[in-house]
Amino acid sequence: MNLDHFKPLTVYTIYIASTPEKVWEALTSAEFSRKYFFGNAVEIELKVGGAYIVRTPDGSLQISGEVIACDPPRRLSVTFNVNWPELIEKLGPTLVTYEIEPAGEAVRLTMTESHDRPLDDDILSGGRQGWPAILSGLKSLLETGAPLVVKMEPPERMLAALKKLGIKTP
Amino acid sequence: MSKPEFIYVTYIETTPEKLWEALTSSEFSRKYWFGTELQSNWKIGSSFALVTNGVTSDVGEVLEFDRPRRLSYTFNHILRDDLRNAEPTKVVFTLEPHGHLVKLTLTHEGFAGADKLRNAISAGWPAILSSLKSLLETGNPLAIPRAALGKEVQSS
Repeated sequence: MNLDHFKPLTVYTIYIASTPEKVWEALTSAEFSRKYFFGNAVEIELKVGGAYIVRTPDGSLQISGEVIACDPPRRLSVTFNVNWPELIEKLGPTLVTYEIEPAGEAVRLTMTESHDRPLDDDILSGGRQGWPAILSGLKSLLETGAPLVVKMEPPERMLAALKKLGIKTP
Repeated sequence: MSKPEFIYVTYIETTPEKLWEALTSSEFSRKYWFGTELQSNWKIGSSFALVTNGVTSDVGEVLEFDRPRRLSYTFNHILRDDLRNAEPTKVVFTLEPHGHLVKLTLTHEGFAGADKLRNAISAGWPAILSSLKSLLETGNPLAIPRAALGKEVQSS
């Protein structure tokens, strides 16, 4: 996959009292992800070209992609395509990269969402609403052992923008 | 209205009152803000300063103090020439109850082309607010040295 045209459009950084290995495990395990990712299960084949899948609590396929870079416990890059009809045709693929770095006695986790074309803020608002909740939850889970349970309203602004483009949303 | 140039959102398991205290008390701020004390009497129009080990790095003015919902102040770096901005920048904290959590939104705007300052605060805020979240949820702030943030903020 040619990544030359991808540009970061959303970046979120959070510091966690944990180890890079535990942050990596939290990002790549279904058991962990169910606790901080709105109940969704991450299934990943940890090698370049491997499958990356996110399933909703009822088991249906929400996001499907491919592992682009896999350097545990430092860097994971995956295509992150929400499975809605015509979304990828109209908006192109989404690339999500996690970078994990030691920072003093903590770990810095940086999530970068990149796209191969400019997208307007309405389209990006869904991710911008979701990432802080997901990653705040991941941090709390690793630090306290208990998930945060952030209840999210549907991303109305993004859904309205997608509807305008003729993309069918649930 | 100028577009916010840095936005950070986090969700914290605490109450708006406790979060408000953490955002306005120098005793709290020393623990999560690299040892920095927030100094102000918090009256609208009063002065605001960030002081670390007796050295003032930033000064400003209190713009809004609506406990425990909205706090804002201007922010003007005075220590390093390369981080000076022509106009004071503006920081706004919004606290919203979100179920049993609090959603904290920070916006920092008004960087009239001061890219170095913008880069420095973009590296600083996630560390400060992550440490604040840890302090409120676990009782312990994060041990992140300033030097771990990246080159823009290392020498400030």
